[in-house]
Amino acid sequence: MATLIEHSSILIIAVPLLIAFLTPLIGMASKKARNAVVIVGLSFVAFLVFALARDVILNGIHTYTLGATSPSLTIPEGAMMPIRIILEVDGVSVFMGIVVAIVSLVAVVYSLSSMKGETGQNRFYTLLLLMVAGAFGMVFTGDLFNLFVFLEITSISGAALVAFKTRFADSQEGGFKYIVVSAVASLMVLFAISLLYAQYNLLNIGALAAAMQYTMLDRIALVILIAAFAMKLGGVPMHMWLSDTYSVAPVSITVLLITVSQASMYALMRIGFILYGVTLDLAVVGWIIIAIGILSMFIGVTMAVRQTDITRLIAYNCVCESGFMLVGFGVGLAVLGNHTALRTYGTTAISGAIFHMINHALFEGLLFLVAGAIFYRIGTRDLNRMGGLGHTMKFTAAFFLLGALASSGLPPFNGFASKILIYESVYQFNPVLTIIGILVSIITLAVFVKAFFSAFTGAVLPKYEDIKEVPKTMIAAMTIFAVIIIIFGLFPGLIVDWIVRPATDALVDQASYINTIMGAIP
Amino acid sequence: MIETLIRNFPLVAAVVLMGIGLYILIFKRNLIKIVMGITILSSSVNLFLVTLGYRTGGIAPIYTDAPEGLMVLPVVQALTLTNIVIAVATSALILSLVIRIYRHTGSLDSKKSRRMKG
Repeated sequence: MATLIEHSSILIIAVPLLIAFLTPLIGMASKKARNAVVIVGLSFVAFLVFALARDVILNGIHTYTLGATSPSLTIPEGAMMPIRIILEVDGVSVFMGIVVAIVSLVAVVYSLSSMKGETGQNRFYTLLLLMVAGAFGMVFTGDLFNLFVFLEITSISGAALVAFKTRFADSQEGGFKYIVVSAVASLMVLFAISLLYAQYNLLNIGALAAAMQYTMLDRIALVILIAAFAMKLGGVPMHMWLSDTYSVAPVSITVLLITVSQASMYALMRIGFILYGVTLDLAVVGWIIIAIGILSMFIGVTMAVRQTDITRLIAYNCVCESGFMLVGFGVGLAVLGNHTALRTYGTTAISGAIFHMINHALFEGLLFLVAGAIFYRIGTRDLNRMGGLGHTMKFTAAFFLLGALASSGLPPFNGFASKILIYESVYQFNPVLTIIGILVSIITLAVFVKAFFSAFTGAVLPKYEDIKEVPKTMIAAMTIFAVIIIIFGLFPGLIVDWIVRPATDALVDQASYINTIMGAIP
Repeated sequence: MIETLIRNFPLVAAVVLMGIGLYILIFKRNLIKIVMGITILSSSVNLFLVTLGYRTGGIAPIYTDAPEGLMVLPVVQALTLTNIVIAVATSALILSLVIRIYRHTGSLDSKKSRRMKG
């Protein structure tokens, strides 16, 4: 067991990669065996993630040096800097790992019936597992260039998956937009990385953070990195691609795309808090991120109001919810150098934002799965052509209501737990931000009430009279999300203590991240 | 001024190429041209990386029959190779998507082949 945990961080990335390329082989023999291997493999990965999470929270940062005689030997003997590829897993990484593990498992369970009857399913699972491996890599790596490589893995497999149903013209367009945006964003990331390498001859995040001088070139690199990752996570004004892509992808893929966007947000925060840390012009950068967040909240929700396509409506709601996280992180970043402010409300704001990340993945995931279930049965996403579906699809209707209430931040669901943390801490920083946040939440509720009434209530339309409930595996996937949402909503204190607080502490503790890498100097 | 410019000519060229790539991406409507824009952008980053790795008088880190002198740590060259491989994958995927879009809509003009708005 100890050996397994010691090597778990690389296994979490390697196992999905291995299964990804095994699935076509196994799939040729038997479809059932292939599905079983994918599910068992991802469950094993989820188990490893939870074991690693326990270890990281109890024993501190976990490092894994590829190719070294001992995994914790970060700096080779005789060298003064880390030159090997290092995975560095701290509280935030492992928190994101939990998000990816839960969501990928649900996405696969849901795909079992939602992709039934599609051609090329073997390749579908290959791409899906590649995307999962890329997302794990993005959150576990301690190396900037590795971050770029994993970003590209998720982008390429993600775009191929968005366009997977080749018979629809709009999914091809969505895939095209996704790959163009991702390619530009990741090339900009690589350019920024090369600017950093040009000055310090380092690629390791911890070592770079120790050497950071915050020169003019560093500022240019920071601006490019913020712009690129904000584009990748769909912050306004770079949100145009997000609704087009999310609404046309197979929904099990949309759920994974949300976690990849979250991983980009994680990368943004890793760069802000750890790589640059207190050397930043904290107030300026903090306010820039807050401004992107407020714009995302406001424009996301106002665009959601006028949508008639249910998946586009949820996609714009995603833009809006990302805004909440950006505001929380922005406030945390703005007061990072001020110890009293950080202790009184800064860490609470960061905790709220981190907690909102997992909640966002859960309730937006649930809403997208519901939208996918409706599309699976009636073949349209247009709200104007739906009606009375609640009479026959009872579970689906209940799940939609649950997701909608959680997303609008109503108690006792998980969205309330994280939004209240953001509201109360941001209020001490600047009351106007909280007022905008509450207003946006109210409009979100209005949007979802409209969608719920036009889709599920009213008389049964004649053409939908023989519509049945969706298959059991789809219900099972939605139930997993729903149960976690309710548990998180009823016991937010436990979740905050177990996983959110360690993540917050890891994010504001730049010194221990650096020391884990550089402390090995003899 | 001019001398600095000449000495840093590859870096200036990389930045100019990057500008051309971004211009194409923003202002051109033909999907194939957008693919070309991404490829130019990728090449500009590659050029920038390789230029950073040049050390005057350094020798290639090949140990067999190595001449006298300091060897260069080939990190940026490795990064460039990785990026070239990734760029090939990206352009192959994106071109296949362009073909699909053309089959569905019969046009490569992004104004005409576009279905989704708002």
